[in-house]
Amino acid sequence: MPGTLDTSLESNLESVNKAEALCVDACKQIGLDEDGCMDLGLAVREAMINAVAHGNKYDTAKQVRLILESRADSLRITIIDQGDGFDLNRVPDPTEGDNLLRGSGRGLLLIQTFVDEFTVKKTIGGGAEVTLVKYTISD
Amino acid sequence: MSATITTRQVGDVTVVDASGKITLGEGSAMLRDQVRNLLGAGNRKILINLGEVNYIDSSGIGELVSCFTTVTGQSGQLKLLNLTKRVHDLLQITKLYTVFEIHDDEAKAVRSFS
Repeated sequence: MPGTLDTSLESNLESVNKAEALCVDACKQIGLDEDGCMDLGLAVREAMINAVAHGNKYDTAKQVRLILESRADSLRITIIDQGDGFDLNRVPDPTEGDNLLRGSGRGLLLIQTFVDEFTVKKTIGGGAEVTLVKYTISD
Repeated sequence: MSATITTRQVGDVTVVDASGKITLGEGSAMLRDQVRNLLGAGNRKILINLGEVNYIDSSGIGELVSCFTTVTGQSGQLKLLNLTKRVHDLLQITKLYTVFEIHDDEAKAVRSFS
């Protein structure tokens, strides 16, 4: 069912769980199978963790904006934080060399694995705006 | 389902039975604390049973890696047992399948510790 949800969330782990649950519900509504819903839910979870932990640094004064757009052929999720933004090209590849044994840094890899489109922009305020798109019908 | 982590001893190997979610804010910290406690108590042969782990995120995966490096850094051994398909797939995506020694038979896994 096409529709848009646009909401602001606090910078905490509850928001991460809430965003993931909202995404999984939206996935079901557009007809993604169980694995597809879990995959996209994980991608949203990772993007929310980035926004809450790395972007807003759990600052209670900062919000994360979550926009879920259900379309006939896709689900588009935009997550905007109020941190300092990041350059996707400068993020180390977690599968290479010594990075393999690091205890963190795999979230973006998982996001990119489970969505059809992934873009990162810097907002006017300087934060990160990430957009995840999953199509229900593949070519 | 939230995480539960229990331990049992099989010979000189400590089996850590994890279940539920191993994610940021849930099982991840529990797993870290459990492995640290085991090391503190002198246990150096640790087998983490993930057979009942139905969900893991990058924090959970990172915690497995941190536990591995911590244990091996103290001349111990840490191996994985009974990966669910989901955990198996995520370890392949992250190329960690080559880092961990992974077993699907507990008795054989226990015997594999030197």
